[in-house]
Amino acid sequence: MDLLFEKSVMDRRSELLPPLDVPETALPEQLARKTAPLLPELSEGDLSRHYSALEKRAYGVNSGFYPLGSCTMKYNPAVNEKCAKLPGFCEIHPLQPESSVQGCLAALALAEEYLTEITGMDRMTFQPAAGAQGEFTGLMLIKKYHEARGDHRRKKIIIPDSAHGTNPATVSMCGMEVVNIPSDEDGCINIERLKAAVSADTAGMMLTNPNTLGIFEKDILSITEIVHEAGGLVYYDGANLNAVMGVVRPGDMGFDIIHLNLHKTFSTPHGGGGPGCGAVGCKNFLEPYLPYPVVTKTDNGFRLDYDRPDSIGRVKGYYGNFLVVVKALAYLMTLGKEGIPLSAKTAVLNANYFMHLLKKRYTVATTGVCMHEFVISMEREKKERGVTATEIAKALIDRNIHPPTVYFPLIVKEALMVEPVETESKETLDEAARVFAEIYDAAMEDPGAVHACPQTTPIGRPDEVAAARNPVLRYRREDNDGA
Amino acid sequence: MAHYLPSTDVQRAEMLGAIGRGSIDELYAAVPQLLLQESGPNIPAGLSELEVTRKMSRLAEKNTVFRASFRGAGAYRHYRPAIVDAVTSKETFVTAYTPYQAELSQGILQSIFEYQTMIAELMGLDSSNASVYDGATATAEAAAMCRDRKRGVTLISETAHPEVIETVKTYCWAANNEVRVIPAKDGLTDLDELRKNMSEDVSGVYLMQPNYFGLIEDCEAAAEIIHEGGAKCIMGVNPIAAAILRSPGECGADIAVGEGQPLGMPLSFGGPYLGFMAATGAMTRKLPGRIVGQTTDDTGRRAFVLTLQAREQHIRREKAGSNICSNQALCAMTAAVYLAAMGPRGLKEVAAQCFSKAHYLARELEACGFKRRHDAEFFHEFLTECPVDTAKLEEHLARHGILAGAFTHGGILWCATEMNTKEEIDRLITLIKEVA
Repeated sequence: MDLLFEKSVMDRRSELLPPLDVPETALPEQLARKTAPLLPELSEGDLSRHYSALEKRAYGVNSGFYPLGSCTMKYNPAVNEKCAKLPGFCEIHPLQPESSVQGCLAALALAEEYLTEITGMDRMTFQPAAGAQGEFTGLMLIKKYHEARGDHRRKKIIIPDSAHGTNPATVSMCGMEVVNIPSDEDGCINIERLKAAVSADTAGMMLTNPNTLGIFEKDILSITEIVHEAGGLVYYDGANLNAVMGVVRPGDMGFDIIHLNLHKTFSTPHGGGGPGCGAVGCKNFLEPYLPYPVVTKTDNGFRLDYDRPDSIGRVKGYYGNFLVVVKALAYLMTLGKEGIPLSAKTAVLNANYFMHLLKKRYTVATTGVCMHEFVISMEREKKERGVTATEIAKALIDRNIHPPTVYFPLIVKEALMVEPVETESKETLDEAARVFAEIYDAAMEDPGAVHACPQTTPIGRPDEVAAARNPVLRYRREDNDGA
Repeated sequence: MAHYLPSTDVQRAEMLGAIGRGSIDELYAAVPQLLLQESGPNIPAGLSELEVTRKMSRLAEKNTVFRASFRGAGAYRHYRPAIVDAVTSKETFVTAYTPYQAELSQGILQSIFEYQTMIAELMGLDSSNASVYDGATATAEAAAMCRDRKRGVTLISETAHPEVIETVKTYCWAANNEVRVIPAKDGLTDLDELRKNMSEDVSGVYLMQPNYFGLIEDCEAAAEIIHEGGAKCIMGVNPIAAAILRSPGECGADIAVGEGQPLGMPLSFGGPYLGFMAATGAMTRKLPGRIVGQTTDDTGRRAFVLTLQAREQHIRREKAGSNICSNQALCAMTAAVYLAAMGPRGLKEVAAQCFSKAHYLARELEACGFKRRHDAEFFHEFLTECPVDTAKLEEHLARHGILAGAFTHGGILWCATEMNTKEEIDRLITLIKEVA
């Protein structure tokens, strides 16, 4: 399909502004831009059709089953969107007088109150814009904590080899070093290896619980204790909180810091890759180091406290992705005390039920129960019949199912990471299991058959190697003139 | 209690039966039992949709929506064409994940490719990434792009937005890198001080166009000094001003970054906004985050994919230059729809109206004693002295539904955009005279 630029017709435009109503002031010539930017010239109708066509070439949670592991693709409630569109939230300038933004500050304070209660933390900041920035903020809290105590030796962060790639990348951004520890077969921490890894230079540890194989770390209390005894802090990567929200609190497991992905666990949409919110919670002893400003209660309302001499500083402009917090708050209010744990438990039930159905053919990387997700390995099928995780993924696309996460975690070969989430019905899971089974049988019988998938999509498999070798990252008119 | 769970109790029982369990609680056997929250979290009971709507509306009503605003300082009120919300509210765009599965995501990938093209065009540079969090973090990421083993010091002009400076300092503190602030002279970056600060360990220099005080910097001269010193020039750009001011490419910048909020995003108490980043060809492979590229599929049809992923955290892990994953895709789409709706003439018209209205406002304010502090040319913001009591002024204007300029640096930073009518500006002046 054509690009906006290819549909552009010179001098086509819509009138969106009234004529200038003050005397015109001309920009001095020497300051003026020489070449006009190439922007498309289209009617509003052209635009409407263009984006409707693009929408048909996309797939959202509204389009069908989306069991993308580690991404918690739950239903995004309509009421959340409605609340975030209220003029009293979206027409507010971030630097308005405090007395005129009491509703915004109250919303932030309320979201903090609910989420610290659910996570077992004492304070929370919503400034980080995404999970990765939440991690960055969390690790800076660890860095600052040691620095403030004059403990400059502590530079090492322990990370299990099953961790998401952001964990080690974040450690580097904080000028610290990664100590990788190999996981056990079920992705769990090996206590002996952990004991051997901690030392006087341990700054902390980053951990997801349940882990990336969907298993709850049964030794979690020992793990956090070992790190604490060595003088380090323990950071909870909130990617997998959906399994345990309202059931068990990371704060009670011994974690000092947590980041949440409000766009996963708390139902705010992913937007095709953002905006999200990577809220960071911490225990009281780390509160002085939180990014400023901090929302503080006063006798007659709330204020923004900028006087934070020990703060790590500001990690982003203003107060974070505020409207995302509004959406999460609407969700928290809706589910409440009973709904939050019930959602977690249903997610775990759905995952175990779906795993049970798939196990009839597929090999699951772990034994026993899983939490909210599980990992399939196609290693044997690849060896025996050349059927890879990619083949299954691409075949699912033709059956209107979004593929699971592929090739992650790295510790499982030919991984398919499946997270069915609580907002899927039994009928959806039964039907999806039938499709997974059919694809499996067809692929094992005739591996060539799935190789041509997908066929129902606007494009077939793209040449990613060519894309990287000879990058075309934008449209250029001169490249396309006369083409 | 409302929730979004389709399963009925009967179905739950069937599912438990199928997996051979008596209760869901059995699935949590690995959790230390003393930690289980038997009665759930200590938050209020769930509410119906109507109750939630009421509660949230009540919170929103506690905020003041000003009828007219003369405050910018990094976040700007512009006209948002109706088509922008219509497009960006489409459910599939709202609820999709990052476009990892290219075959299922051509719509989102193409929209990002179009966004990248428009940003690169507006900045007069070769390439753009798919966006980062906001203008402040884009600046911090750009500073990291410039660093190498020999050069680790970032210089940042004092005339940049204070929150940008603060954010860059935080990122640099984390990575154990030095930041030095170049002092201002008459509201502009002091180029003599810049020259003095150029040393062999300086990797990148950041200045903002227009700067925090609304003034137009001589970026071309700055870029020359920076390049002579062997460092990279990072320009922070207001994307509306870029429609008429010399582009970063024309000024010789290596990287252009900025706050994309003016491109169709509401003020939203500070977010979500959009960080854009554009670069020369030489710097392209150092851009952080997602980048969409064009390729072909197995039958030769044009296709779009996430590309150059070898830069990114999921491949390079601790060797990655940034940990950024997905970020502000829907905001990038907002900017793309805004730019396409405005077109080249419309965008230029917005910029030209901002310029004229701000200059009209400045003349009217000057006439009632609010002298401009600086002489340099400005775009749509300028700092004045305040000859009256600031609290009284702010209060009086607020009573009439007007948000005054931002109180900063001992003066007032006023902003006018195409949204401010002549009538509004004249009314502002009348009200100001009442306070004086």
